[in-house]
Amino acid sequence: MARSLHRPSAVNVAALALGLAFLYLPIVILVIYSFNASRLVTVWGGWSLKWYRELFNDGAMLSAAWMSLRVGVASASAATVLGTLAAVALSRGGRFGGRTLFSGMLYAPLVMPEVITGLSLLLLFVAIDAGRGFWTVTIAHTTLTMCFVTVVVQARLNGLDRSLEEAAMDLGCSPARAFASVTLPLIWPSIAAGWMLAFTLSLDDLVIASFTTGPGSSTLPIRIYSEVRLGVKPEINAICTLIVAFVAMVIVTASLASKLSNERGENAAPL
Amino acid sequence: MKSRRIFTRPARIAAIAPYLWMVLFFLVPFGFVLKISLSETVIAQPPYLPTLDLFGGWDALRAGLAKFSTDNFYLLATDDIYIFSYLRSLTVALVSTAILLVIGYPVAYAMARLPQRWQGIAMMLVVVPFWTSFLIRIYAWINILQHDGLLNSLLLALHVIERPVPWLSTDSAMYLGIVYSYFPFMILPLFATLSKMDSSLLEAAADLGCSRLKAFWLITVPLSLPGVAAGALLCFIPIAGEFVIPDLLAGSDRMMIGQTLWLEFFTNRDWPVASTIAVVLLVLLLAPLLVYEHIQRKQLEQG
Repeated sequence: MARSLHRPSAVNVAALALGLAFLYLPIVILVIYSFNASRLVTVWGGWSLKWYRELFNDGAMLSAAWMSLRVGVASASAATVLGTLAAVALSRGGRFGGRTLFSGMLYAPLVMPEVITGLSLLLLFVAIDAGRGFWTVTIAHTTLTMCFVTVVVQARLNGLDRSLEEAAMDLGCSPARAFASVTLPLIWPSIAAGWMLAFTLSLDDLVIASFTTGPGSSTLPIRIYSEVRLGVKPEINAICTLIVAFVAMVIVTASLASKLSNERGENAAPL
Repeated sequence: MKSRRIFTRPARIAAIAPYLWMVLFFLVPFGFVLKISLSETVIAQPPYLPTLDLFGGWDALRAGLAKFSTDNFYLLATDDIYIFSYLRSLTVALVSTAILLVIGYPVAYAMARLPQRWQGIAMMLVVVPFWTSFLIRIYAWINILQHDGLLNSLLLALHVIERPVPWLSTDSAMYLGIVYSYFPFMILPLFATLSKMDSSLLEAAADLGCSRLKAFWLITVPLSLPGVAAGALLCFIPIAGEFVIPDLLAGSDRMMIGQTLWLEFFTNRDWPVASTIAVVLLVLLLAPLLVYEHIQRKQLEQG
């Protein structure tokens, strides 16, 4: 009798199905219409790759995409290193001076309105007279995304059995050696997940990039945003579909990789 | 015990680089925002006065400091445009968070009731759209809601409406966009607490003759309150400063404070007023920010 409490009821299943339909339907519609031969959204003119061809002749869009990819890889890599170090300090460092300030600075950007983060970074860059472009956007994205990496890696580190590290050190490993050969392999999936989260967040960001970039170096979201303000265009459907496909590919690769490491006898990363 | 202490020290050394980075690129910039909010607007590059000469010695610094004024704060407190923008932002954030809670709770609850094997898949399905660009998700709705978009064609074909309804540039479109974009942020913290709940409590309540509805109200709801708080703050704070969604989906007659800041900064090039708006917004959000930070830290430290 008690078992029945575990099973989802019809209402539960309906709530779940509706919630998921709400999440996915708009994206599915967008993808379908990127293959529409007609310029009008209401008219279905048959399947066509016309808008993808036009996209690949749009030099401004392509250079914006290239800029976004470079910023994404550079900032995600820097954020992963810094975020992992921060996670190790928070999870293994005990109570050190300034710890509250440290964790506060790392958790606040997760919810901080982007207009505030963007404006404050821009004012810093202007004050130190830094030329705005690739590097300023990369620094801004690193600052934002390292906080997400910290949360992901810290959750994993807290879930680890510390006695493994202690055993390694009791057996004569130096702390660095114990970290490299015991801890690091165990938290590896979460570091990879953190990198990908940072990369997609950077690829996604419009507001902070708008504040911190300079003339002539638009990122992809800045470019898309200026087109979207002028109205719906089938080319935008096409570039959006490509981004969705790209991100989906990254996620599938990631979950396959984490499954592989799972089968080697470890637990999956939380994300 | 000894080995733990050996490990603590290198872990603290690991803090140095991220600590310096966050001080330099997160904390220090707020100092500049505060400084420029106290400056006056001029047509120059950069467009504000005074520009402090930090290396000009003590006298130059004092002369610069004497020129600071709180005029911009006075302007914000007396001009209706800013007051209405703040009020609208807080209202929109509050209403959106309430809607998110009402529709997010049943979904998170249903996810937590699924068999273990399906929970991971459901969670993945909720998280995946969060990985795709949120600008794209807003754009997807413009496709549907525009004048000759799918919704109007569908309703016309079904003879529900006589002529196209202007869905875009309305508050309803904006709320729809916000709820859609922040849906995963509400679900995940709720799911995290609901799935950790000990279901034997519910079984005990049922054995003692408690109805399912009453058990839900007396046991599940109180136990899920930390998740409710985390989800609500995770949505409320960024929504209050939201720029893109109201800009693309709402009408242009009433602006949220993020839009006002953007306008002052990019269109009017009034950096000091934009900075003042940011300072006041930060002060308004400080209490929810501190509560959120406290919950986040407690959650991560419990593991």
